[in-house]
Amino acid sequence: MSDTLAIMRDRLAELAPEHLDIEDESALHAGHAGARSGGGHYQLTIVSARFTGLSRLARQRLIYSTLGDLMSTRIHALGIRALSPEEI
Amino acid sequence: MDIQEALRHTVTTHPVVLFMKGSPKFPQCGFSARAVQILQGCGLESFTAIDVLADPAVRQGIKEYSNWPTIPQLYVNGEFIGGSDIMTEMYQSGELQELIKTVGAAE
Repeated sequence: MSDTLAIMRDRLAELAPEHLDIEDESALHAGHAGARSGGGHYQLTIVSARFTGLSRLARQRLIYSTLGDLMSTRIHALGIRALSPEEI
Repeated sequence: MDIQEALRHTVTTHPVVLFMKGSPKFPQCGFSARAVQILQGCGLESFTAIDVLADPAVRQGIKEYSNWPTIPQLYVNGEFIGGSDIMTEMYQSGELQELIKTVGAAE
């Protein structure tokens, strides 16, 4: 599943991030019920001008829709910090 | 009542509803555990917790109701607030405590 990170990065590039960090925390959750489905656990930090003026809900919705089917296939859990450049 | 109507009824007739995996005492997922801790940290003595693992129709239905792909999900006064990341950010900024206070005052 290590190529999942590359696919996530590729899709999120669409949001023109100034900063993009994805931690693969799957190993921390190996063996728990959700991990059996094969989806990974990830922690995402993303800074993009696209988030300026958007609510927290709208930012996460944008990320979920950008990741598309990954949310129901390769990604089991995703922590998100979505910031606009002026919030750093 | 279909599942969407039932969910709407649940979130609009209870001031604070958390859809989670497991129960507040025995959460089955780290994100759900964090959501419970945050609500308790807001001084909320009781809230409505719904275990989505107990009913596949609720688990799928609530994702469609909010158009949000993940659990936990917090609703206050019928409004979808967000998942555990948004709850954490709102708790750290004090916004969530303010929101919860308005619920307490209304009861």
